[in-house]
Amino acid sequence: MDMFNAIIQVLDSTIRLSVPLLLACLAGLYSERAGIFDIGLEGKMLVGAFAGASAAAVFHSALIGLGTAVLISVAFALVHGFASITHRGNQIVSGVAINFIAAGSTIILGQAWFQQGGRTPALQPGERFAAITWPGADAIKDVPIIGPIYAELISGHSILVYFAFAMVPFTWWVLFRTRFGLRMRAVGENPAAVDTAGISVAWLRYRALICTGVLTGVAGAYLSMVQNGGFVKDMTAGKGYIALAALIFAKWKPVNAMFACLLFGFLDAAAIRLQGSPLPIIGKVPVQFMQALPYVLTVILLAGFIGKAIPPRAGGVPYVKER
Amino acid sequence: MAQAAIELIGINKSFGAVRANRDINLEVARGTIHGIVGENGAGKSTLMSILYGFYQADSGEIRVGGKPVSISTSNDAIALGIGMVHQHFMLVDNFTVLENIILGAESDALLKKSIAKARSELDRLEREYGLEVDPDAVIEELPVGLQQRVEILKALYRGAEILILDEPTGVLTPAEADHLFRILKQLKDQGKTIVLITHKLREIMAITDTVSVMRQGTMVATRVTKETTVGELAELMVGRRVLLRVEKGQSEAGAVKLSVKNLTVKDSRGVTMVDNVSFDVRGGEIVGIAGVAGNGQSELLEAISGIRHAVSGEVMLDGKPIDLTGKADPGELRDRGLAHVPEDRHHVGLVLAFEENENSILGYHDDERYLKGPFLDIDAIMADAKDKIEKYDIRPGNPRLKTANFSGGNQQKIVLAREMEQDPGVLIVGQPTRGVDVGAIEFIHKRLIAMRDQGKAVLVVSVELDEIRSLSDRILVMFAGRVVGERGPDATEGELGLLMAGVEHQEAAE
Repeated sequence: MDMFNAIIQVLDSTIRLSVPLLLACLAGLYSERAGIFDIGLEGKMLVGAFAGASAAAVFHSALIGLGTAVLISVAFALVHGFASITHRGNQIVSGVAINFIAAGSTIILGQAWFQQGGRTPALQPGERFAAITWPGADAIKDVPIIGPIYAELISGHSILVYFAFAMVPFTWWVLFRTRFGLRMRAVGENPAAVDTAGISVAWLRYRALICTGVLTGVAGAYLSMVQNGGFVKDMTAGKGYIALAALIFAKWKPVNAMFACLLFGFLDAAAIRLQGSPLPIIGKVPVQFMQALPYVLTVILLAGFIGKAIPPRAGGVPYVKER
Repeated sequence: MAQAAIELIGINKSFGAVRANRDINLEVARGTIHGIVGENGAGKSTLMSILYGFYQADSGEIRVGGKPVSISTSNDAIALGIGMVHQHFMLVDNFTVLENIILGAESDALLKKSIAKARSELDRLEREYGLEVDPDAVIEELPVGLQQRVEILKALYRGAEILILDEPTGVLTPAEADHLFRILKQLKDQGKTIVLITHKLREIMAITDTVSVMRQGTMVATRVTKETTVGELAELMVGRRVLLRVEKGQSEAGAVKLSVKNLTVKDSRGVTMVDNVSFDVRGGEIVGIAGVAGNGQSELLEAISGIRHAVSGEVMLDGKPIDLTGKADPGELRDRGLAHVPEDRHHVGLVLAFEENENSILGYHDDERYLKGPFLDIDAIMADAKDKIEKYDIRPGNPRLKTANFSGGNQQKIVLAREMEQDPGVLIVGQPTRGVDVGAIEFIHKRLIAMRDQGKAVLVVSVELDEIRSLSDRILVMFAGRVVGERGPDATEGELGLLMAGVEHQEAAE
């Protein structure tokens, strides 16, 4: 039974750890499907986390925190759009710039406003998103097998966790069942076809980036207002990049993205769990090795196991009407 | 005459210092096929893009159905019943036919309803115009001819009454082009108005009712097709008399320079594309290979020039064999005096993002003439490029200009200049004048004949029958990977056409 409980605990933290990845990955999916490479997921999450924790601490409201996180993150997404859509700049450069601005400005503003060494004040219970306990969770908690699964895995997460997983089918539906999704996929493949069909390429791409901003904003809010009780500098710790790896791994498909993020979340959870404790046969594994696993796995799997990942064809290329 | 579907009055359009359209007046009658001809860069596409709302005219008036209109976006044009089939298809390759057709014209925010509506509408259009295509096929799996049909359906689905086609046959095989013309005639019979932009005069004569000629941004003439001739149109296009058939003397064939024996080549899927082909090319003669595109000519050229490896057979260059196992280095063949002008200049012949001077030495860049120690000798390269520009009348004559900014004809001249000026013993040319305008065709043909007269062996592959007949001293016809016949330069078009269609071949097999 100990083994079972250990597994449940690892799976539970898998879910918690994969949520920010999943939100960022879906965020990236919107922009890349529309043909805009977004290496700035990391930065947008970071400003979201900072803005969310700051607003929540100042206004004593989790919802205001979330709203601010989304707002600021969308603003950064629009900056990326302004540089790469309106002015046809290099999307990678613009994304990297956003990451740098995010990393620097959050520390400077945090220090200037709160004088806590770049941190935001610790959030009080009312300023964070509380865990939601599902009906009957406490009652069946002690039932073997089903009890822990229901009470630990399914119940007892914050609203943002459920939101993240609900976004998977929703994104699939938007992409493949709506007019907006059709146009968005088209603009990522052949913007000229969209333009000649009488649709604005720029406006379509801006809308996709707004979706990206909303999701990275929620991802940031999750980091600073659910996982942690406040903002800590550089708290995204490369999650934006892992989300990009997951996106390639998932071949730009929402359901695949969920599984990729769960896998990466699981590796993360396992790494934490196994820290210091020896594995059977292999012995003690350095923690750095476990942390590197998601990246190693991406390279290996992309190299041969999942087949060719073909990105949207117009990805990274600014649209210019041909002369 | 019927009422005008479109009237353009005094249209002007400049791109920076370039005046692409000057004071253009054009009237297209309803229910007719109107051709617009002109050399590359004469302003045909710009004019049509103005009509389709892709560009804004600087001044002038557009009337559709007699009413003055303003067309500032493609949407406005679509709303006025104007549809356009672009030279490069505006399709999303990994979408289905239906998805492409509804894109931008979805009837509902959810796809299910839009697709259902489009499916029944498509069915009607297919029956009405005989435009059959599988609505659920994915575009990239369709042949080019069918992709074009999807473009036409896309315009009709949006209720187009006026259809503009920009160089529609550039990518089509002759059979596909014929099929397209039948479709266009049918559309005309149903009352649609069609504007056909092309630089192929044969097409104009074959299908249009009236024709307008553009030259250097101006509209120089409009004629009723029946009352004009190819010669007159060509002269109007270029502004001087053009030789449609280049004068040439008798060939003086010398020793065999290139010899192909029992060559068999398979493509990447393992399909036999060249099947046991043998022929010789002697110095001082031009051998033309005719055939409908896709009958193995491309693979034959690639095997001889060392790009693709052969399954079996032998190719001798000046009596010495060429390695056909795929190890033959095109550079080594160049050193041995085999120059190759590839069929696809954009992907194989040129690096479009390079400057003209860089492309003019591409592949010969390790030649001592262009080197100064381990470095490129920029002065020598520039001098060489300028020399070629002058000799081959490449325009604009700026060796620092990006190659992508040259017109198709001038790009082809850059490749030809590069290969011919190496003074090769054997010259292999694929589609010498594809996408090249009339004036440049004449020039290129003259150059090829000059090469022949210098005693070089020249092998030309072309899908243009006129070109083959005009250039060749001997004509080989390829069908289904085999050489099915050899004829002299006096062979009639009908005779060659039958060979190209494999008729004689099949009879012989029976």
